[in-house]
Amino acid sequence: MVERKTTPNLSVNLAGIVSPNPFWLASAPPTNCGEQVMRAFDAGWGGAVWKTIGDPIVNVSSRYSSVDWNGQRMMGFNNIELITDRPLEVNLREIAEVKKRYPKQAVIASLMVESKREAWHTIVKQSEDAGADGLELNFGCPHGMSERGMGSAVGQVPEYTEMITGWVKEKARTPVLVKLTPNISDIRVVARAAKRGGADGLSAINTINSITGIDLDTFVPRPNVDGKSSHGGYCGPAVKPIALNMVQQVQSDPEAKLPLSGIGGVSDWRDAVEFLLLGCGNVQVCTAVMHYGYRIVEDMADGLANWMREKGFANISDFQGLSLARVQEWKHLNLNYKIVARIHEEKCIGCELCYTACWDGAHQCIHLDRAGQSNGHHATPAMHEAESKQRISMTPIPKLDHATASKGKEPYPTPLSRIPRVDEAECVGCNLCSLVCPVEDCITMEQVETHLASQSWEQRTSGAATLGRKND
Amino acid sequence: MSTGNKYEENPEVTARFPDIHPPFDKSGATIEANRCLYCFDAPCTAACPTHIDVPRFIKKISQGNLRGSALTILDANILGASCSRVCPVDVLCEGACVYHRYNKQPIEIGRLQRFAMDAFYRNGAVLAAKTTERRAGKVACIGAGPASLAFAAELRQRGFSAAIFERKPLPGGLNTYGVAEYKLRASDSLREIDLIRELGVDFQFGRNISGEAALAALEREFDFIFLGVGLGKIRLLGIPGEELPGVVDALKFIEEYKTGRNLKVGGRVVVLGAGNTAIDAARAAVRLGAQDVQIVYRRDESSMSAFLFEYEHAREEGVKFRWWTQPVKLVGDEKKISGMECMKVEMDGQSFRHLPGSHFTIPCDMVISAIGQSPLLEFLQACRGVKLENGRVSVDRATGQTSHAKYFAGGDCVNGGREVVDAVADGKRAALAAAQLLEKIHG
Ligand SMILES: Cc1cc2nc3c(=O)[nH]c(=O)nc-3n(C[C@H](O)[C@H](O)[C@H](O)COP(=O)(O)OP(=O)(O)OC[C@H]3O[C@@H](n4cnc5c(N)ncnc54)[C@H](O)[C@@H]3O)c2cc1C
Ligand SMILES: Cc1cc2nc3c(=O)[nH]c(=O)nc-3n(C[C@H](O)[C@H](O)[C@H](O)COP(=O)(O)O)c2cc1C
Ligand code: SF4
Ligand code: SF4
Repeated sequence: MVERKTTPNLSVNLAGIVSPNPFWLASAPPTNCGEQVMRAFDAGWGGAVWKTIGDPIVNVSSRYSSVDWNGQRMMGFNNIELITDRPLEVNLREIAEVKKRYPKQAVIASLMVESKREAWHTIVKQSEDAGADGLELNFGCPHGMSERGMGSAVGQVPEYTEMITGWVKEKARTPVLVKLTPNISDIRVVARAAKRGGADGLSAINTINSITGIDLDTFVPRPNVDGKSSHGGYCGPAVKPIALNMVQQVQSDPEAKLPLSGIGGVSDWRDAVEFLLLGCGNVQVCTAVMHYGYRIVEDMADGLANWMREKGFANISDFQGLSLARVQEWKHLNLNYKIVARIHEEKCIGCELCYTACWDGAHQCIHLDRAGQSNGHHATPAMHEAESKQRISMTPIPKLDHATASKGKEPYPTPLSRIPRVDEAECVGCNLCSLVCPVEDCITMEQVETHLASQSWEQRTSGAATLGRKND
Repeated sequence: MSTGNKYEENPEVTARFPDIHPPFDKSGATIEANRCLYCFDAPCTAACPTHIDVPRFIKKISQGNLRGSALTILDANILGASCSRVCPVDVLCEGACVYHRYNKQPIEIGRLQRFAMDAFYRNGAVLAAKTTERRAGKVACIGAGPASLAFAAELRQRGFSAAIFERKPLPGGLNTYGVAEYKLRASDSLREIDLIRELGVDFQFGRNISGEAALAALEREFDFIFLGVGLGKIRLLGIPGEELPGVVDALKFIEEYKTGRNLKVGGRVVVLGAGNTAIDAARAAVRLGAQDVQIVYRRDESSMSAFLFEYEHAREEGVKFRWWTQPVKLVGDEKKISGMECMKVEMDGQSFRHLPGSHFTIPCDMVISAIGQSPLLEFLQACRGVKLENGRVSVDRATGQTSHAKYFAGGDCVNGGREVVDAVADGKRAALAAAQLLEKIHG
C-alpha cells in the first residue's frame, strides 16, 4: 500500500501567538468590526489584526485610489484613511465576542494612542481584558495620524519607538508586536529600537508614502477630497518587492531579528511562501482581500499545503528562513559565473520583443539574420522596419494567386526570418530578453562553463583570489 | 456639376442588416488592447496591405490616446474606418498575429481599429493635412472607388490638386454600392468620404469618362491620370433563358437593396457562383425574405473562392450549397422565371465531364448570377498606350505606373478583384510615386 502523506501542518506560533494557519488579516477595513472578522474566520483566515483602535477619529470621504497596470486593476493601492472611527467600547465588546465564538483563531488588537504612558497602559489593559491574544503597536500609519504625533511620527524616531514599546511592555501580559513603517531610510534602526524596548515580535511593512496619480482634467491628485488631496499609504502587489527587502534586512540583523509577521502585497500562497522563506513566522493581507474578498484564503491555504506536500515539508518551520542565507552583499557574488540566453526555436512565436529589448535596452547581441536577411547581422531595428515597409503584400485570393510558388518548408512553427538569434559571445547574461519574452521557457538562461574558480569582488580586490583554472 | 452625396438611410435596410461584429465598449477595447504584445516589426503590420502600424495604434488605445490612434490608422489607410469593418481580417492582419502560435485567440485588430475610428468620428473627425502649402501639380482620378480615393487623398494632403470623375451619383465604388450592409453601411462609407472632400478633393459625379477624346482632354488638363475604375458587370452565363425576368446580376441586386430601391425578395432563390459575391448575395436574399436560398456551383467547397469564414457564416444563416452542378438552361415565360435546368458534372483531369442522365430542374423564382466580374475592356482599350494583360491594367507594382507615363492605376482593375484594403494600398503607393514626380515637374 502506498503510504499516504498526512496533510502538512499549517499552524504557526508567532512570538507565542498561535493560529491554525499563517494567514492573518492585516489591520485595515477587512477587520473593521466583529461581524466581518467572524465571516473571515468562517472563510478560513487564521488570525485577524483588528483595525487600529484608539481615540476614534473622523475620516474624509473619498479615501482610496489605485494604480492600474496594463488593464489589471489595483496593482497598487493607496489610502488616506485614519484609524478606526468606531467608539472604543464597541470595538472592545466585539473583540470579546469574537474571541468567545472563535477561540482557535488569533485576534490581535492594533493600538495607537497619544504618546502618554497612562494612555498606553489603559488601552493595553482594555484590549487584554477583552481577550486579545496579542497586541500590535501601530507605529506605521504614514498619513494624518503622524501629523498628530502618532503612527509613523513614532515609528520614524528610534527613541520614541523604544520608549513607547517599553511602556507597553510594562503592562502587557500578551505578546507585543511592533508594526514598522517603511518610510525611513534604514528600517533596521527602528527594528533594533523596538527590540531594545522589549518587543516580542515585529510586523513589517506598513504602507509607503505615495501619490498614486493625478487627474489630467482637474489637475487634482487622487483621491480627490473636494479639490485637494493628501499623500497616502501605498500597498498591494506593487509593494511586495520593497516589503521583502525590508523583511530580509530585519531578519539578517542580529540586533533587530525577532519573530516577524510579514506584510506588503501578499496576494496568493506563493507570495506568502516568499515571506516565510525570508524568515517571517506568518503573513498579513489587506489589499488582496479588499479586492477579492475573504474567499481568497481558501487557495492560499490549499496552494501552500500542496506546495509543502510536493517539497516534503511537514511544518512551516521546516522551510521558514531557508532563503535568508541566499541573500548576500553584492561583493560576495561570484564574478566568474556566466550565463547566456538561449532561444528555443520551436517555442518562439516571432514577436521579436527580445530583439528590440536587447538592441535598445541591453547589449545589441540578438540579431535577425537566421534566414540570411539582406541587411544581416548588424542591421539596426530601424533598418529592419524600413525594409518591411517597402514590402508589398496583398490579400491572398487563391483563385488569383495560383501562380505563387509554394514556400520551402520551415523547420519551426515560426518562419526562420522572425526567430531571433543570440550572439552568445557578446551576451552578458543580463536576463532581459528572457524577462520580456511572453512565452514561458522560450528563452532560457543557460550556464556556460568558464573554467574559472569562483571569485567575488571582495576576493578580487583583496588580492586573495585564486586566479586561474578551477581544479575539477 | 452634380455635387452628389444626397443619401437617406433606409430604416428597413438597417433593420434587416444589423452589424455582424458589434463594436467594443471602452473597457472591452482596453482589455483587448492590453493583450497585444507590441511585437517588433509586427507581422500583423506586414500582412496589412496598407501596412497600418498595428501595435502602435493598439498601444495608443490602451493608453487612452484615441485621437492619436485614429491618426496612426489614417496615416497609412485613409479608409481605415471602412477597412476595419470590411477587411477579411482572418486572412490579413489577424491571420498573421503571433498569438496563433501561442495557442490563444489572435488580437481582434479589426474591432480595435473600428473602436479608434468610431471615437474619431464621435469627436468631430478632423484630419491633419500633411502640409499647408497649395502646390502646383494636378491629378485626375477616374472612378471614385477606394483606389482613387486613396490616391487623391494622399496627394491632396501633400498640397497637390486632385479631381475625381465618377459616373455614379455617390462616391465610394463598391465600398458604397457593393459591400454587404451588415459589414458596412453605405452611410458610413459616405461619412468617411466626407473627410476626403473636406481636404479639398474635387468630386465630379455623373461623369462617365469614355472614349479617346474624353481621355485626351484629361491628359491635357492634368499632370497624371489615375485609373481606379474597378471591374465591370458580372459575366454573362451564356445559357438559354438568361434574359428572363427574375434573372439578375449580383452586383445590381446588392446595389438595389443597399440603396433601398428594391427590398422585396420572395420565394426560392438560386445563386450561381461560389465567390464572396455569391455568398453576399445569398445572405442578402435570406435577410430580404427569400424562403429558400441555394448556391449552385460546378465544383465543391475545396475549390470555392469564397473565404472559409464567409462560407461558414452563409451556412449558419441557412444558405444551402449544391456542388458539382452546372446550369444548362433557365426556364419560364415572359413574366417570370420558373426553374433552372441543371446537370451533374465531375472532374476529369482538368476538364469537366457531364454525367449522362443527370439532368434535373431546380424550381425557382429568382436566379442571381455571381460568376465573376468582367473587366471594363472597352474603356480600358481607349486608354491608348496603357498596356493590359488578361484584361487587367499592367503596372509597376512599386509605383502603380502603367506603360503610359501619364497614367497610374490601382485597385480591382489592376489586381483582378481583391479587397478594399488592396485598392487603398495601390492608390496610396501610386500617390507616393506620383508625388515624387510632381515635385520634379513643378519644383
Ligand atoms: C459584392 C462585393 C462584395 C465585396 N465585399 C468586400 C468586403 O467585404 N471586403 C472587402 O475588403 N472588399 C470587398 N469587395 C471588394 C471591394 O469592394 C473592391 O475590391 C474595391 O471596392 C475595389 O476598389 P476600386 O477602387 O478598385 O474599384 P470600385 O470600388 O469598383 O470603384 C470603381 C469606381 O469607378 C467608377 N467608374 C468605372 N468606370 C468609370 C468611368 N469610365 N467613368 C467614371 N467612373 C467610372 C465606378 O462607378 C466605381 O464607382 C467586395 C466586392 C463585391 C463585388
Ligand atoms: C484602507 C487601509 C486602511 C489601513 N488602515 C490601517 C490601520 O488602521 N492600521 C494599520 O496598522 N495598518 C493599516 N493599513 C495598512 C495595512 O494593515 C497593511 O499594512 C498594508 O495595507 C500592506 O498590506 P497589503 O499590501 O496586503 O495591503 C491600512 C491599509 C489600507 C489599504
Ligand atoms: S486595414 Fe484591414 S488588414 Fe489592415 S490592419 Fe486594419 S483591419 Fe487589418
Ligand atoms: S502580431 Fe498580434 S500581438 Fe503582435 S503586435 Fe500584432 S496584434 Fe499585437
